[in-house]
Amino acid sequence: MSPINLQDYLVVSSLLFCLGLLGVIIRRNVLVIYMSLELMLNAANLALAAFSRFNNNLNGQVLVIFIITVAAAEVAVGLALIVALYRRRQTTHVEDLATMKL
Amino acid sequence: METAFFYIFAILTLLCAVLVIANPFTRNPVTSAMFLVLTIISMAGLFVQLHAFFLAAVQVLVYAGAVMVLFIFVIMLLDLKEEERRRINTAMAVLGVGAVGTIALVMIHTIKQSSVGLTLTTPKVEGSTVLLGQSLFKDFALPFEVLSLVLLVAMVGAILFSKKDVK
Repeated sequence: MSPINLQDYLVVSSLLFCLGLLGVIIRRNVLVIYMSLELMLNAANLALAAFSRFNNNLNGQVLVIFIITVAAAEVAVGLALIVALYRRRQTTHVEDLATMKL
Repeated sequence: METAFFYIFAILTLLCAVLVIANPFTRNPVTSAMFLVLTIISMAGLFVQLHAFFLAAVQVLVYAGAVMVLFIFVIMLLDLKEEERRRINTAMAVLGVGAVGTIALVMIHTIKQSSVGLTLTTPKVEGSTVLLGQSLFKDFALPFEVLSLVLLVAMVGAILFSKKDVK
């Protein structure tokens, strides 16, 4: 087998991104949509780590650390929003949450 | 050997990602969360393949440890029995698979067409934690500090939203 190069990692990363996008499109539960968003962020992380490795430059890995931190903050706020929304509306289905009015 | 490990971890990652979004056996969000944990752990394996050992550790600690615990807690806090009964809109699902499949084809075709990375097949740098830490605290000191502010704001925001009556 030929050695793994940057393109293989980029293909895996774009496939992972597309799976996350598909999850956002076809699932109707806010929590599962949120997990799909995490998948998309992880795909970006993988691409950055691969670029960092194959370009002999560590800045990509620093950016990955920043993305992981921001993702953790985003998850905390987003899940708090979902819990607050559930208290008001008793649902986590996006089709029931179509209006902006509380 | 490295090639074999790359394929094992890549296939595991993609397979678990598929099971996160469309599990044929159950629609329970807890199952999705568990498969997301598996996805993240196999991605940590890919990071090890890229010699980014610190990132692999952070990935497991922060994602599989902290973020997923948060997800599981929220799933258990909410009553999600209803999810099982609802159907996925088949027409919309087919349309979505078609659209996203087209995007994936375009992206992979573009990557294969471009000669990106073909001249870079002999990586030398090791993702050592020392170099990463030096870069983080010297070149990226300001973004690093701003990031702590982001975490603080997120924490205050989460507490505010979780209060009993959101005005």
